[in-house]
Amino acid sequence: MGKVIECNDVGIRYITGDLKAIGLKEYVMRRITGKYDVKEFWADRNIDFYLDSGDMMGIIGSNGAGKSTLLKAISGIMEPKEGSIKVKGRIAALLELASGFDGDMTVKENAYLRGAMLGYTRKFMDEKYKEIISFAELEDFQDRTFRQLSSGMKSRLAFAICCMVEPDIIILDEVLAVGDGAFRKKSGDKMREILNSGVTGILVSHSIDQVKELCNKVLWLDHGKQITFSSDVKTVCDAYSEFLVTKELPGSEEEIKELSLSYEKRMAEEKAKKDKKETKKLEGILAKGTKNTAIEASLDIIENNAPELLDMHEVGKWRRKNNG
Amino acid sequence: MGKAIRSAKKTLSVFASNRFLFEELVKRDFEHKYKRTILGMAWSILSPLLTLLVMKLVFTQFFGRTTPHYTIYLFAGTIVLSFFKEATNNGMTSMISNASVLNKINVPKYLFLFSKNVSSLVNFSLTLIIFFIFCIFDSITFHWGFFLLIYPIACLVVLNLGVGMVLSAMYVFFRDTKYLYSVFLTLLTYVSAVFYRVDSFPPLVQRFFLLNPVYVYIKYIRTVVIDGMVPSLQYHALCLLYAFLAACVGALFYKRYNRKFVYYF
Repeated sequence: MGKVIECNDVGIRYITGDLKAIGLKEYVMRRITGKYDVKEFWADRNIDFYLDSGDMMGIIGSNGAGKSTLLKAISGIMEPKEGSIKVKGRIAALLELASGFDGDMTVKENAYLRGAMLGYTRKFMDEKYKEIISFAELEDFQDRTFRQLSSGMKSRLAFAICCMVEPDIIILDEVLAVGDGAFRKKSGDKMREILNSGVTGILVSHSIDQVKELCNKVLWLDHGKQITFSSDVKTVCDAYSEFLVTKELPGSEEEIKELSLSYEKRMAEEKAKKDKKETKKLEGILAKGTKNTAIEASLDIIENNAPELLDMHEVGKWRRKNNG
Repeated sequence: MGKAIRSAKKTLSVFASNRFLFEELVKRDFEHKYKRTILGMAWSILSPLLTLLVMKLVFTQFFGRTTPHYTIYLFAGTIVLSFFKEATNNGMTSMISNASVLNKINVPKYLFLFSKNVSSLVNFSLTLIIFFIFCIFDSITFHWGFFLLIYPIACLVVLNLGVGMVLSAMYVFFRDTKYLYSVFLTLLTYVSAVFYRVDSFPPLVQRFFLLNPVYVYIKYIRTVVIDGMVPSLQYHALCLLYAFLAACVGALFYKRYNRKFVYYF
């Protein structure tokens, strides 16, 4: 055991304003005339957490909360302006990577280049290349240039190369699954396999259910501020879901608990309301409707409350038959 | 000093562990340059020859009559200058054109610059072969001093790397660097004595030419090839000084700013 990732009071700052757009000539002129004006913008500030070996942390927060910036700092692409980040072990960052391939090179050349960028050795690539191609289902396209591939194929290859790693630490930014239906399932399974293999990981996701399912710690960011870091994933996730509705940020642990409770209450109420509505509908149908519509309505209720009782395949068949 | 050596050692070990990436990058640059075009390598030879032809046609009238081996004189100037131009121009864009990768994966960024320089060097070597063939036709006798040409070329490579590092950093921050640099290169062409001789200037002005590193390297090559002489020891020191300065400034620039690139991609 021991701390694998340690963030101490981390702050990451962007400079906004003049610099980027104006160019060198204008920059010099504005410096001379004293009109040069930049503002700083803290994408993250006072972020403080640590992860033990085997921990899986979910980062939640709305757009612009500073999640991706924090991941970049942890993977070493950015440097924090304040505080320190200590990382022990090899990091693999699975960010959105379908871009950055070379259109004129073949699939094979691109795969090797990308592998090299991710820090693999040539030997490793020679061993894994077949596996990568078959995972990405691109056996027939190996000698095509990259330009000729569809965007789905590109992201499939990117994913396949990335997930061949055996890292100590894995960082995921919204890439639990890519591609179309069948591949989506396959990539999702592969991802879970990696996550469950005992690596330490950080996962950014907008899907609260995913965070609940996979993580044992959670970090909630809002506009660069750390709202909470906790191992009580369920409470924090519930509080976050409630926050998305009420838009009121909790200020303390108690408030988070309160939010989470009110979320549970609201969910229970909503469920009761829905049940009531369905029951009413069923009653109405029973009063004047046919047998089939009654079955349909009861199916709806069961589907809402206990979907595991139903064989959806059979239900679908039945529905198709009866709706013509 | 010990610290500098340690950090140099560290850089070397990082470089060693990234050898695979470096090889793949060089390979990619070659693909781009040679494989996907019909003319391929032939173009690398044709293009300097065309430049040479035009210059020869235009300038022989003005300068060629008094200059011995004028074709070789011109050729030495154009290949060195175009090597410098190509290497620094490619170096300048090396970061930006790989931005989509660099802001997602943590790799040593200078590898992208180095690989571009390797492909420019190979290109230059091709033109150098043509240059020597021209020397034979121009009845220039080879002597052992020709081996010394490795020295200014090595210095030039280091200069290119250093300048490329500065430019690539500036280009990330200021996108008009490209235009300003092209203006600079045009001026450089005129002050590098590619097609004229500096003898007609007063001695003081002639010294000013030595402030231009590209001219210094061109002159070295001409002294060896055309005059059949070996430059003085001081002249060697001057060559090294420019390379050393460029390398230091480039390394400082890179070290200071490379972490900030990602904010500007």
